[in-house]
Amino acid sequence: MAKLTFKTDLCKGCGLCVSVCPKHLLILSKDKINQKGHHPVEITDQSACIACAFCATMCPDCIITVEK
Amino acid sequence: MTDKVLMKGNEALAEAAIMAGCRHYFGYPITPQTEVAAYLAKRMPKIGGTFLQAESEIAAINMVYGVAAAGLRVLTSSSSPGIALKSEGLSYLAGADLPAVIINVQRGGPGLGGIQPSQSDYFQATKAGGHGDFRMIVLAPNSVQEMADLTVKAFDLADQYRMTAMILADGTMGQMMEPVSLNYGEPKKIEKPWAVTGTKCLRKHNVVNSLFLVPDELEQFNFARYERYKQIEENEVMYEEYMMDDAEICIVAFGIAARVSKNAISEARKQGIKVGMIRPITLWPFPKAPMLKAADKVKEFICVEMSMGQMIEDVELAVRCKKPVTLCNRVGGMIPSPEQVLASIVEASKKGE
Amino acid sequence: MIVFDKPKSLADVSMHYCPGCTHGIVHRLVAEVIDELGIEGITVGVAPVGCSVMAYNYFNCDMVEAAHGRAPAVATGLKRANPDSIVFTYQGDGDLASIGTAETVHSAARNENITIIFINNAIYGMTGGQMAPTSLPGQVTQTSPYGRDTSHCGFPVKVCEMLSQLDGPEYLERVAVNSVKNVRNAKKAIRKAFENQIAGKGFSLVEVISSCPTNWGMTPQKALEWIDEKMIPYYPLGVYKDRSANKEGGNG
Repeated sequence: MAKLTFKTDLCKGCGLCVSVCPKHLLILSKDKINQKGHHPVEITDQSACIACAFCATMCPDCIITVEK
Repeated sequence: MTDKVLMKGNEALAEAAIMAGCRHYFGYPITPQTEVAAYLAKRMPKIGGTFLQAESEIAAINMVYGVAAAGLRVLTSSSSPGIALKSEGLSYLAGADLPAVIINVQRGGPGLGGIQPSQSDYFQATKAGGHGDFRMIVLAPNSVQEMADLTVKAFDLADQYRMTAMILADGTMGQMMEPVSLNYGEPKKIEKPWAVTGTKCLRKHNVVNSLFLVPDELEQFNFARYERYKQIEENEVMYEEYMMDDAEICIVAFGIAARVSKNAISEARKQGIKVGMIRPITLWPFPKAPMLKAADKVKEFICVEMSMGQMIEDVELAVRCKKPVTLCNRVGGMIPSPEQVLASIVEASKKGE
Repeated sequence: MIVFDKPKSLADVSMHYCPGCTHGIVHRLVAEVIDELGIEGITVGVAPVGCSVMAYNYFNCDMVEAAHGRAPAVATGLKRANPDSIVFTYQGDGDLASIGTAETVHSAARNENITIIFINNAIYGMTGGQMAPTSLPGQVTQTSPYGRDTSHCGFPVKVCEMLSQLDGPEYLERVAVNSVKNVRNAKKAIRKAFENQIAGKGFSLVEVISSCPTNWGMTPQKALEWIDEKMIPYYPLGVYKDRSANKEGGNG
């Protein structure tokens, strides 16, 4: 099963991953703020992830690990 | 090569660099240092070395920076306006604590100036090599033999103290032919664990860098560098004392001006004037102590130099203005004659009579 | 099974780049290629002056920080000193196409066996958004507040086109990192630029059209769209020179 792991504290909340997810599973957290002061990325439905790694490909900060 | 051979100063210097283990040279054509480049262009390919004519002096000094970062001995040569272009690189080399040897075969300035011998880059070499707080070791040869010997010395000092060393010569030294003996043995090997030779995945990466955005950190690096400079001032001063035992007048001169002065001193001695000379071989570190010592016994210093009076400021500081220091000079590519120096000596000898 | 993770040649630190800045993507691509080719232990990188000045902290291989624009000269020294090492420079547009133009052109003319990663984002990022040699005609920057007026300050420098006129360089390609597809193509180009060096083929430069959301005054997403709308039409992607590929055609 596909699984995304985020190094949440390193996320800068740029949203590039959000914009390329073909399943529209990623959002920037509405309520959490990380160490850097950004709203970090979150996945809404892990089970729907297809491990395409589009998100990780576009992440400038290399915070996403993709497994399947 | 134990026997003496007849060589031009520029060529002896270049051969000495090879004997010191230097296998990389980068430069850009400029008169009057051309023979250094021409000689190495012939020699380097034959001994597996690199001679590369760069697109500019700026590029050349940055190629030097690259080789130095890789931990190898490296040389560039130029003349006054070209050294000015290299000053960016000189500052970066200092900031990154990289060893390299730079030759300045000086010509008259400012601007494009002329192509005849000069010593008017004294300030540039000893005080203003580039932006920021740093020093270069500056060696001033006054014979073809010293052109060679001091080049080997420059490589050793540069490696030992992780800094740039400059040979401050002039057109006369470069063009002059004299018999020289080049015999230096194996080049000194100094470990360079900081060099960027690839981690081989066995160590943390090395970084050669001069950027420190935290002021406290940058200050510490400067303090540490100046501690090393202090050691150099204590241990590496070189000078020649000539007929100073009974001298009442002390000439201070380096390079070709010191050779001219020796002739004038012989002539003055014949006239019964007690005159001697202190010839700085290291312009930085400057031989302050022997001058201060001399200030207690001589009545006047005469600074003979081919500039509008640059080294004279260091002489005045060294003798702490205890005795008058006068200037005897020619500029623009003109060399003082022994007669001119003699006249200054005679004039000094008559003061207070 | 891990299908995507941080490459090991990329240091485990947070990079200082602004949110959405594509420098991070290109850093990662370079590190991935170094990992895949197994050359971390023999690679020496040269960082420029500009936004990526601190790239020396982000790669685990040996690194050198160069003076502004001089990276190709420094790389020349490094490579000549140690021909078995793999030497790359990472430079921005001000560094490579303005102050370092001579070093760029002549290292290309010499076919120096080095790899250059050239980030073209049409602006000076680090100093706060001034006009770059690659800023587009009409582009508003801090020092072209009424838009780049070509009658006053001339036209952008098209680096790949310019260098392709030289006999020297082995390989010149322009890529972009504004979409998943383009990022994947960019990686192929970067890989080829390193493989060329390993094979001793010579000067390889990959120009990467990148974004600068902060100084362009756009969201990261909008900046990627702007690359498609404005940058790529002016700076067409593609291979500008590939001597090995042309060998058979005799078009050296």
